[in-house]
Amino acid sequence: MCGIVGLFLKNAALRPDLGRLLARMLVEMGDRGPDSAGFAVYRRPAPEGSVKMTLFHPDPAHDWAGLAAGFALALECSASAERRGSHAVLTASVEEAPARAWIAARHAEVRVMGFGRRIEVFKDMGGPEEVARRFDLAGMDGTHALGHTRMATESAVTTEHSHPFAVGSELCLVHNGSLSNHNRLRRNLARAGIRFDTDNDSEVAAGYFAHRLQQGDSLADAMRAGLDDLDGFYTFAVGTRDGFAVLRDPVACKPAILAETDDWVAMGSEWKAIAPLPGAAGARVWEPEPATVYAWGAA
Amino acid sequence: MITVDLEAATVRELNQRLHDLPPDTNETAWTIVNPGGRHALLAGLTQPVSITVEGHVGYYCAGMNEAADIVIDGHAGVGVAENIMSGTVRVRGNASQAAGASGHGGLLVVEGDASARCGISMKGVDIVVGGSVGHMSAFMAQAGRLVVCGDAGGDLGDSLYEAVIYVQGQVASLGADCEEQPMEDADRAAVADLLARAGIAGDPARFRRYGSARRLYHFHVDHADAY
Amino acid sequence: MDGRPPLRYSAAFPPETIHEIQRAAAEGIYEIRGFGAKRRLPSFDDLVLLGASISRYPLEGYREKCATDVVIGARFAKKPIHLKIPVTIAGMSFGALSATAKTALGRAATAMGTTTTTGDGGMTDEEREASSLLVYQVLPSRYGLNPRDLRRCDAIEVVVGQGAKPGGGGMLLGQKITERIAGMRVLPAGIDQRSACRHPDWTGPDDLAIKIQELREITDWQKPIYVKVAAARPRYDVQLSVKSGADAIVLDGMQGGTGATQDVFIENVGIPTLPALREAVEALQELDMHRKVPLIVSGGIRSGADVAKALAMGADAVSIGTAALIALDCNRPIHVGDYAALGTAPGACHHCQTGRCPVGIATQDPALEARLDVDAAARRVRNFLSTMVLEAQTLARACGKSHLHNLEPEDLAALTVEAAAMAGVPLAGTSWIPGR
Repeated sequence: MCGIVGLFLKNAALRPDLGRLLARMLVEMGDRGPDSAGFAVYRRPAPEGSVKMTLFHPDPAHDWAGLAAGFALALECSASAERRGSHAVLTASVEEAPARAWIAARHAEVRVMGFGRRIEVFKDMGGPEEVARRFDLAGMDGTHALGHTRMATESAVTTEHSHPFAVGSELCLVHNGSLSNHNRLRRNLARAGIRFDTDNDSEVAAGYFAHRLQQGDSLADAMRAGLDDLDGFYTFAVGTRDGFAVLRDPVACKPAILAETDDWVAMGSEWKAIAPLPGAAGARVWEPEPATVYAWGAA
Repeated sequence: MITVDLEAATVRELNQRLHDLPPDTNETAWTIVNPGGRHALLAGLTQPVSITVEGHVGYYCAGMNEAADIVIDGHAGVGVAENIMSGTVRVRGNASQAAGASGHGGLLVVEGDASARCGISMKGVDIVVGGSVGHMSAFMAQAGRLVVCGDAGGDLGDSLYEAVIYVQGQVASLGADCEEQPMEDADRAAVADLLARAGIAGDPARFRRYGSARRLYHFHVDHADAY
Repeated sequence: MDGRPPLRYSAAFPPETIHEIQRAAAEGIYEIRGFGAKRRLPSFDDLVLLGASISRYPLEGYREKCATDVVIGARFAKKPIHLKIPVTIAGMSFGALSATAKTALGRAATAMGTTTTTGDGGMTDEEREASSLLVYQVLPSRYGLNPRDLRRCDAIEVVVGQGAKPGGGGMLLGQKITERIAGMRVLPAGIDQRSACRHPDWTGPDDLAIKIQELREITDWQKPIYVKVAAARPRYDVQLSVKSGADAIVLDGMQGGTGATQDVFIENVGIPTLPALREAVEALQELDMHRKVPLIVSGGIRSGADVAKALAMGADAVSIGTAALIALDCNRPIHVGDYAALGTAPGACHHCQTGRCPVGIATQDPALEARLDVDAAARRVRNFLSTMVLEAQTLARACGKSHLHNLEPEDLAALTVEAAAMAGVPLAGTSWIPGR
């Protein structure tokens, strides 16, 4: 149960302002989700053959430089870590798979919040204003971003339970609603090798889409398959390498608004999330239909 | 003309001011600026005042309205004019889900599109939508009339009671116990009257009428698949 | 002994099961009935209070005070409700009940300084007049909902669920939909009415918070706003109600009654009041909201002992429905022939759904309704409420409490392992709470 925001900048001139705009959108959704907040920003792509991983460790003074040095030594690559609040973005000149495997093997207490060449994911407990400040969201540039404010329904309020959830390379998911069949689905996906960090229903949706993508589905096909396999109420937004995708369940009780101008495409749980954007008053505004995949960029 | 800027005043202050108006008030014309998608704007009004909101509103704008004439010059969030009793609420843009939900009387006009469940559980209100309505519109609608100038989404009029639906465009599908019924002269007159009151141009002859087949009014084993 | 072997009935297919299978085979539809769950469930009967002796000192029965008042709605409302006793009358609709029954309940509650509650179908003038403190329900059906009644009530109860049917909508069968009731609900007279299971314009806590804000705006933040949930996942529902801005929470256990619901629903969905209450109190404590957001618990409350035990477990008040109807005359052995005509007998009647209530409570038939004398009925409910409170005070004084709210879980012991586990109190004679 939550608030969702998404912003895709069509006008490159706005890119330095991406974080500032998303922060304003996120703060508007504070009432919908006072427990925790998070966001994914697509920015500053790592070079071809390199990977960016956003890492979290519960100790705010964690030695990220040490981790990066160990990483570089073990994987015989260059690696650097940039601290941002309780998280750090590790950029390394290796492929994703060995990078994630090394973190999992050597630093089990470190959570990978997102991975790919562009995506950076930050999330924490607290209201959106506080969380945005902790990570200096307003200072972040980028091409597009997703954000989430959480009102926890059944699972705990922790950093790990916050959204967005990593789905796959360059992908993350945010959810407003409540799934009704996630426990059995989680067990089935776990048997298929998908790793879950929490008992959160939304993480199951993320894991489900990740699994479908591994099996060769396009994101749009995976989301359409989700209409059959994910029971309950949802508005999902999935951040992709160059855009985002939106899906509502067939009953579509949870709100969602899309808006577009020449400069941007935005998504929000309510209009007031979109209202602070420049030119919002003149935007084309509509609501996504139930059981229909909407995508910008290559979904 | 009284202007209230919601960047300066709170929703609470505005609503209280409107609730405190005496029946013989001469403060009958209001403009609200910078609504910014705020919720519960103009909820529970009881006096015949005219109010224009310049911009987009959040959930439940003009909820339970009595007597007031309200124009939203923008888009409206979930449940605009929910449980409206009387008066008029006009949305110049689009309306979100559950527009006019459980409304008892008065008139709701949406000049743009209304999304899912428009007129859900309506109990006497008249709703005129210039554009299209989303799925499950007029779900369990009990009384009143829903006029849709554009298309209707899936499962229109599911579990309908005595409300009547008129649609000019395409209907994606009908819900349980909703059926197309003959369009009589009285229906055309009703549509003409509602369009005129809504200020929306349209040809009543092009509308089709949908109502309850009344097959679910009593529990029966042979209707089990519809429950 | 006549030498014939005793009849041997199947445990899996006892006579009532055989009858139900054959009834379903004949009619092709589930059984709809009134009353609450009839199966045996762990309950307050499985708990006892630990009276004082040497380590603790009791209070004198009549001279030393044991206060019973409770304030509901002080969190956000400008006009909280001050109850003189921690027992309220639960929501029961005009429709399910006769106008006379509603009036009698209202007069009794007024005399005792407590609230009655409207139901699915709206507020009647009679009950507003009879009840000095009236809680107005906002239900998924929205039958009879209007701003005038919202303003003339004393508190608002947003009903999410009912203990007899968590996740289900209301029902009122055609026999009881008279012209007046049809008019209040804007339905054709005589139809089988099924009402919605979800509210038409909100789903989930984030949207509920906005709905509560709207109700507060319409009533200028004066009225306490309760959220009523059925006991299924009370830990989550209680916390989400608090987060959504409720002034008070009503938690209805699976023993809670109904005017008409599928039997399969009544007997198989939800959890009993006992474990629900413990989960709800723990949920409030986690948020540091216990005794700040009052918790009213209902479902199978029948006596002052139940009141004392519920308050000891952490409830702020209880609410009664079925017990109040029984005080009115429900299931009294009079007009026995009419019970027989319904295929039942006094003590076993659950035929509220038929509208042919032999004692004139759950009916809209004027002749039947006339069987309930409103003054005498009101007196009986008043006497019953008074007795419940006296009983609860007696027990609380024995535990040395000068206010019912000072009863604690540590004043309780459980007689069964099941009750110990569900209520979270030690099995009598041990310090063992199963699961801890």
